Amino acid sequence: MNVASRLFSLVLLVAAWYSASEIAGQRIVPGPQTVGFALWTEAESGALAFHLAATLARVAVSFVLAMAIGTAIGIWMGRSRLVDRLADPWLVALLNLPALVIIVLAYVWAGLTETAAIVAVALNKLPNAIVTVREGARSLDRQLDEMAEVFGMSRWVRLRHVLIPQLAPYLAAATRSGLSLVWKIVLIVELLGRPNGVGFEIGIAFQLFDVTRILAYAIAFVLVMLAIETFLVQPIERHVSRWRPKAA
Amino acid sequence: MNDTSPAGALRQLDVSIKHKSYRAASGGTIEVLRDLRFTLKAGAVGALVGPSGCGKTTLLRIITGLDSAYTGAVHLPDHGKLGMVFQEPRLLPWRTVEQNVRLGAPEATNAELDALFDALGLSAHRNHFPGELSLGQARRVALARAFAVKPDLLVLDEPFVSLDAALAKHLQEELAALVTSRHVTTLIVTHSMDEAIGLADRLFLLSPSPAHVVAEVPIARPRVPHTAEELAKIHGEIAQVLDRVGKR
Repeated sequence: MNVASRLFSLVLLVAAWYSASEIAGQRIVPGPQTVGFALWTEAESGALAFHLAATLARVAVSFVLAMAIGTAIGIWMGRSRLVDRLADPWLVALLNLPALVIIVLAYVWAGLTETAAIVAVALNKLPNAIVTVREGARSLDRQLDEMAEVFGMSRWVRLRHVLIPQLAPYLAAATRSGLSLVWKIVLIVELLGRPNGVGFEIGIAFQLFDVTRILAYAIAFVLVMLAIETFLVQPIERHVSRWRPKAA
Repeated sequence: MNDTSPAGALRQLDVSIKHKSYRAASGGTIEVLRDLRFTLKAGAVGALVGPSGCGKTTLLRIITGLDSAYTGAVHLPDHGKLGMVFQEPRLLPWRTVEQNVRLGAPEATNAELDALFDALGLSAHRNHFPGELSLGQARRVALARAFAVKPDLLVLDEPFVSLDAALAKHLQEELAALVTSRHVTTLIVTHSMDEAIGLADRLFLLSPSPAHVVAEVPIARPRVPHTAEELAKIHGEIAQVLDRVGKR
């Protein structure tokens, strides 16, 4: 039932796309079959895999960087009022700095390098991770903390078995919103200053007004992210929440 | 001087608190403990009995090192290794029963755990998560964890509160058996005189807040079923002692 309704919704989407292309014309909105063919050609030449891999690598590195640093700062701010008060204005500034400003500044200051690109993406995701994890750290159970202290648990045990499991729902939320945010920003970074990746390809296609290629690359990447969500994020989530009593 | 040191030479629990107060939300200070002194011999079971709200939990927090804002000194027996049973079970909901015990007592051997789970009727629940247990079972797990540590001092804070009378009595008997067979120096806090008489070698009667020890009552035949007659006699002695103290 679940799969069937999902499939039906997907079919509906393709049908809507098809009729849109019939109405607007193939040049403005290429139909599913045209885009599918373009996708196949790009895949055959190896270009698709190459650019997808480049983008995916950037997404992975900047995402891990932002989550690791964001989690650490978030926990710190959630647990210490002083740190929270000191760091909050910085956080608000970073939250409201447009992604484009951060990217351009990173490229101006560090050159058109891979490091600049990754740092720019990570900086864009960072405040979002901090805010989410801070919320989790504020709601930590002090009773479990005291229990860990009385039993003399080591820092590592407390982190792994007491702290992280409590933060798991918040980390999951940050991961969800983070992955989609990060990949969108990676494309802009690639468009502005990288010689490969999905964003670079879309930049070229834009200059040639090649809507088919734009859609082909966009769809390819959405499919990759969908696969990551289904085969990586969801199984991890199921494993982490296995202890919750199941609804009958 | 706030000293919670596990002094090597001292084998008994030595508590001497001059003063402990809280800053109230309204601005003033509330004195909770004043001149509270008692010692508990190694291997003995002491029961702190007093009216609710007299500062028993505060006293336990000081003894277990969770609260160091007081004047006075606490010397823990031997190496100061603590096992504690809180009022609420305080188990990690995302870890199984066995993992909970092992995390509290990483040095416990398989044989020791088998014996403990057997004694507390938990063998069938080793791989269950705390959310799948009743309150009585969760309390047993908390007891198992505290005993598995092989503590130099076992601290119990109202371990049978909010259980029905029959279950509380049953659990109390299991606890008495464990304490007798393992010779652990034990400090139990309760508001129930019967519970204290059933478990302890020595009762420490506390005054209302600011609490101090008003009288000590030794129990001649500890942890054996008392007849109604014996119980009445002990209650009579306690009433006498309290009466004498009151007249002074």
